[in-house]
Amino acid sequence: MPRITRLLIANRGEIARRITRTAREMGIATVAVYADADAAAPFVRDADEAVALWGNTSAETYLDAAKLLEAARRAGADAVHPGYGFLAESAEFARAVIGAGLIWVGPRPEAIAAMGDKLSAKKLMTEARVPTLPAVEVTGGTAAEICEQGRPVGYPLLVKAAGGGGGKGMRVVGNEAALAEAVAGARREAAAAFGNDTVFLERYLQGARHVEVQVMGDRHGNVVHCFERECSIQRRHQKIIEEAPSPAVDAALGLRLGEAAVAAARAIGYDNAGTVEFLLDKRRKFHFLEMNTRLQVEHPVTEEVTGLDLVREQIRVAEGDPLSFGQEDLRLNGHAIEARVYAEDPAHDFLPATGRLVAWEPDPALPARFESGVESGSDVSVHFDPLLAKVIVHAPTRTEAALRLANVLERLRVHGVTTNRDFLVNVLRHDAFLAGDTSTDFIERHNPPRERHVGAEEVRAAALAVALGAQQAHRAEARVLKTPPSGWRNNPSVMQEVRCVHRGEEVIARYLRHRDGGFTYEIDGQVGRARIIRSGDGRIELEIDGVQRAFSVVSDGLRHWVQSAAGEVRLVETPRFPEPEREEVAGGYAAPMPGKVVVVNVEPGRRVSAGEVLIILEAMKMEHLITCTQDGTVQQVRVTAGAQVEAGQILLVVDTGESKT
Amino acid sequence: MERWQTRIDTDSEGFQANREAMAALLQEIEVQLELARAGGGERSVARHRQRGKLLVRERIELLLDPDSPFLELSPLAGYCTNYTVGGGLVTGIGVVSGVECIIAANDPTVLGGAITPVSMKKTDRALEISRLNRLPYVQFVESAGADLRRGEDSAEAEMQRQLGHFAESGRFFHDITALSAARIPTVSLVFGSSTAGGAYQPGMSDYNIFIRGRSKVFLGGPPLVKMATGEDSSDEELGGAEMHATMSGLADYLAEDELDALRITRSVIAHLNWRKLGPGPTLPADEPLYPTEELLGLLPVDLRTPIDIREVIARVVDGSRFEEFKPLYGRTLVTGWASVHGFPVGILGNNGVLFSEESQKATQFIQLCNQIDVPIIFLQNITGYMVGKVYEQGGIVKDGSKMINAVSNSTVPHLTVIIGASYGAGNYGMGGRAYDTRFVFTWPTAKIAVMGPKQLAGVMSIVRRGSAAAAGRPFDEEEDARITAAVEDRSEKESLALYATGRVADDGIIDPRDTRTVLGIALSACHNAEVKGAEGYGVFRM
Repeated sequence: MPRITRLLIANRGEIARRITRTAREMGIATVAVYADADAAAPFVRDADEAVALWGNTSAETYLDAAKLLEAARRAGADAVHPGYGFLAESAEFARAVIGAGLIWVGPRPEAIAAMGDKLSAKKLMTEARVPTLPAVEVTGGTAAEICEQGRPVGYPLLVKAAGGGGGKGMRVVGNEAALAEAVAGARREAAAAFGNDTVFLERYLQGARHVEVQVMGDRHGNVVHCFERECSIQRRHQKIIEEAPSPAVDAALGLRLGEAAVAAARAIGYDNAGTVEFLLDKRRKFHFLEMNTRLQVEHPVTEEVTGLDLVREQIRVAEGDPLSFGQEDLRLNGHAIEARVYAEDPAHDFLPATGRLVAWEPDPALPARFESGVESGSDVSVHFDPLLAKVIVHAPTRTEAALRLANVLERLRVHGVTTNRDFLVNVLRHDAFLAGDTSTDFIERHNPPRERHVGAEEVRAAALAVALGAQQAHRAEARVLKTPPSGWRNNPSVMQEVRCVHRGEEVIARYLRHRDGGFTYEIDGQVGRARIIRSGDGRIELEIDGVQRAFSVVSDGLRHWVQSAAGEVRLVETPRFPEPEREEVAGGYAAPMPGKVVVVNVEPGRRVSAGEVLIILEAMKMEHLITCTQDGTVQQVRVTAGAQVEAGQILLVVDTGESKT
Repeated sequence: MERWQTRIDTDSEGFQANREAMAALLQEIEVQLELARAGGGERSVARHRQRGKLLVRERIELLLDPDSPFLELSPLAGYCTNYTVGGGLVTGIGVVSGVECIIAANDPTVLGGAITPVSMKKTDRALEISRLNRLPYVQFVESAGADLRRGEDSAEAEMQRQLGHFAESGRFFHDITALSAARIPTVSLVFGSSTAGGAYQPGMSDYNIFIRGRSKVFLGGPPLVKMATGEDSSDEELGGAEMHATMSGLADYLAEDELDALRITRSVIAHLNWRKLGPGPTLPADEPLYPTEELLGLLPVDLRTPIDIREVIARVVDGSRFEEFKPLYGRTLVTGWASVHGFPVGILGNNGVLFSEESQKATQFIQLCNQIDVPIIFLQNITGYMVGKVYEQGGIVKDGSKMINAVSNSTVPHLTVIIGASYGAGNYGMGGRAYDTRFVFTWPTAKIAVMGPKQLAGVMSIVRRGSAAAAGRPFDEEEDARITAAVEDRSEKESLALYATGRVADDGIIDPRDTRTVLGIALSACHNAEVKGAEGYGVFRM
C-alpha cells in the first residue's frame, strides 16, 4: 500500500495548520506553500518545509494548479491535501494531482464533479430518493421569461449559483417585481466567482434551519455518517456559529438524516470526508441542498462530539486503508459549538476589516480549542478570507457550551483589527439562541446588538487601568529620579491626568498617589480609592473601591485595549499636547505679520515661478515682499490691495501640482 | 553594613503625644500651603482663566514628565509678611524630558506677577541652586515688573526703603547670563508681559519661546515711547510675539498657544544633550526597614527630651543600613555612612551639645567624605557648642573652628535637615544655610535662632541687671519680668520653622515622612554637577 511520507498542503491559514498538526502526529512531513504576504505566517513556520508561490492574489497563488504541482515536485511531496476552499472542490486539480503520481487526499475526482454543479447534483439526489427542494434553472433572458420561470417556484424564493456556494451569487427574492434584477446580479457575481453564470431558483423556506451531515467513506465501499451539525446562524449567507448535534434533531430524525446522507454519498461512490447539507423546515422535514466534497470549515464540532480526527481518517483512507471505525462505533458525546472570529465590522453590514493584529492572545485561564491562522503582529490583508480563527468549546450540555464559548471569546485578546467577536458573544448569550430557537434568518429576526454594551463603570475602570499602568511604565522608564514615589509633590495641587476617548465620549482619568502607595482617583466626577495589587507583562490587578479586578492592557501608541473579565474596552488616548489649530493650506502663502496689503501682482490662473513677487505687504512701516517659493499656478487670491491682514492669514494659494491626489 | 535595631515604642504615651503635636503642626502648614496654592485668590484666578490661560501650577504640571516627582522650593516664602504666601512665584526642581531642571514661574494671579522682595529672594535662591548644582534654568515669565507700590508703612517696609536702593537691584539679569557662561542652559517661556527691566529676562536667556498674541516684551510701552520720542505705537509693534519671531529675533520659537509653548519647551530641553556629571545612584534604593510614618512621633515639640538621631537615620536611609564611624568617640555627634535612594552619603547627626571631641570627630569625618567624593547630610538638632570654663580652657573655640573650617571648605554637596533645635554656631557647624549648603530643609518642629528663647531672654535680663548695677540705678524686677517674658515670646515665635521658611532661610518645611524622598530628589539634583571633594592636605587625624 502506498504510504504518504511528505504531504503538501495546498492551502493557507488555520486549515493549513490544522492539517500540519495531524500529519505531524502521524509521522508525516509537511510542505506548506505561500503567497508573498504569507511568507512569515504561522502556518508556514509550522510546516517542515515551505515553497514560495510568488504572487499576491489567490489567482496567482493558491488557485494556480501548475504552481502548486511544481511546488510539490520541488519539495518531493508524495501527496496533496487541498484543505477547504481554493482548489478543494476542483475535480480538474484532483485529476492533475493524481496524474502527477501523487496521492490526492480527498474524494475521487468523479465524485467531486458529480456534486460540482448544484443543479445536476439535485437531479442525482432525486434519483437516489434523497428529498430535495425543486429547482428551476433560469434559462430566460428577458424579465418576462424569468418571471414566468419563477411562478411555479413561488415566493419568497432564492436565486442561487449552480457553480458554487459560500453565499456568492445568492439572492433572496420576496416578490416577482424584484426577480429579474436579482437574477441579473446573481449571474454577474456567479460569473466572477465561479466562471459560470448559471443560476437557478429554489423555494426559500422561511424559518428553516441549516442542518448538515458529516459523512466519511473509504475505497472499500464503506460509508458512514458522523451525525449532524447545525449551522443556522449566518450573516450574508455565511455561517458564523456551528454546533453538533442540532438542538432541533432528535434521535429518530438524526437517524433519518444520517441515512439520507449516506444514501447521497453512496450514489456517487464517495470515498473520503464530505458533508451533505440540508434545510430543515418548520415541520421538521428536511430537503437536500448540496454536498461539499471536502473537509468542512466546521468539522471540529463533529470531532469534538465523536472523538474522531477527521483529517487522520482522510489521510488513512487516501492511502487505501479502510475506515478505522464503523457506524456502530460512533456515539454522540456532549455538545460542541464553534464560533468563527472574522475580521469584519458587524456595525457596518459585516464588511471585511483589515489591519495589523496588535494582539492575538487567548486567555490561558479558559481553555478552548483554537483553530487560528494568526498571531500577534499578523497583518489581515484584503487578499484572502478574513477568517481569523475558529473557537470551539465542548461541554456536557448545549447551554454550558454556549456560555463557556461566550466567555472564552469575551476574554480573547484581539486588538488592532475590528472583529465580530462581540457580536458572536451577543448571539451566544441571546435567549433565543440558548433556547435552541435557531434558523437561517436568526440575525434578521432577533437582531442581536452588534457591539458589546459597555457600562460607564467599566469604562471608568478601564481608563483607570490605562492610567495607572502608564504611570508605572513612566516610572520604570525614568532616566532620573526613578525611585522616589510616582508623581510625588510636597505641595500637591493638580492631579496626574490621562485623557481618553471611548466610543466618541471623553473619559478623563485623574489620580493622585498617597504615601501608602494607594491612589485617589477621579473620573467623570466619580471619586474613589484604588490600589495596584500586582502588575507586569501587560497585566495589572487593581483594587478599586474594595473590589479587585484584573486587566490586561495592550497599547499601540495612543490606542489602548483593556481586557478584563467583563470584556474588551477600547480607548484612544488624547495626546498631552494636541496639534495647535492653525490653518494649513498646501501651497498657501501666509502673512508673516499683521499689516496692510499694498500690491497684488497676480490673479487666479496665472503661471508663477519661484522668486516672483506675488504680493507686497506693508507692516511696521516697511514693505514686505511675498515671493513665490515654487513654480505653479495661482489658484486663489484671497486679499485685495488695501486690505488689513492678520499674522498667519492665508493671502493666496499656488497650486504646484503636488497636492493633487 | 549594620541594620539599626529600633528602641522606639510606638505605643508609648510619649510617642503618641509627639505624633499628635506633629499632626497639629502639619495641619497649620497645610493651611498655609493651601493659601499659597490659591495664588491671588478666587477673583484673580477666575479673571486669569477667563483669558484662556492656565494657572501657574497647571503650566508646571504640563511641562513635567508625567508621574515624575516635583520638589517645590520655599512654598511658604512670605509667611508672616504683607505679601501673599508663596510670593507670587513658584520655584522647584522637576524632570523635563528626562532632565532635572530648576523651574521658576511667575504666578500672574498674584499682583500680576510683579517682582516683590519675597519673589526676588526666591528667584535668587533658585538661581543659586541652579548654579551650584548645574541645573538647567527654566523660567515662566508673566510679570507686571517691579512692585512700585510705596504705600506700606510697616516697620519692615520702612526698613526696605531705608536700606534698599535701585542701583543694588537687577543682579538677577547678571546671574541668568552667568548661568549660561557656566554652560547651564537657560530657557524663557514668555506667557505674557515681560516689559521694561523684565525684558532682560528673555534677553539674557539661551532659548526664548514666545506665544502668538500673548507674549509682550519691550523696554518701553506705548505711553513711555510717546513720552520719550513722540512716536505712536502699539503693543504688538513694540513687543508682540510675531514681531520678535520674525523681526527682532528675540523669540527663537513662536508657539501658537500655551500648550504649544510647553510642548516646544519640552522639546528644547530634550535636545540639550544633557549629561549629569555626578555618578548617579550606585547602591540599592530599598525602603527603610522601619515605617517613615514613625518619624512623626520621634520628636517632642518642646525639644527638651533628647532623642537618638539614629532612630531618624534608620527611617530615612536605604534598608536602614548605617555604618557608624567612631561610635565610641564624641558620642553626642553620630557620624557614619549610608545611602539614600541609592546615592552614597556621609551623615552627621546631633545627639546633644557639641564638645571638643565631637568637633574633632566631625572635622575628620567631613574630610573623609571629601576624600571619597561622597555628599554629606547634616541632621541638625543642636543647641550649640558647649560653654563653660572647662570647655573654653580645653579649646572649644579652636575645635569648633576646625569643624566650621571643614564645613566651609568642603566641596562635596551638603544637604541639611533641621529636625529640631538649630541654635547659634551649631547652625553653622552643622551645614547651615549660609555655608553654601546645596539644600536646607526643616521639619515643622525646627527652631532656628542665635540661642534658645529662654536663654536669650535670660541673658538679656542679666545684662540689664548688670548695667543697672553699674550705673547705680534701681532695678525694676516687675518691669524686667515683663520684658523677659515678651522677649522670650517673640524670640520663640521668630525661631519657629514657619518664620524661617517665610524669610527663605531654608528651602522649605517638609513633612518628616517625606525626608527620604526630599533628600533623594536633592541628591539626584546635586549629581548634575561634578561630585568632588576638596583637595589639599591629607585627612588630619583628630
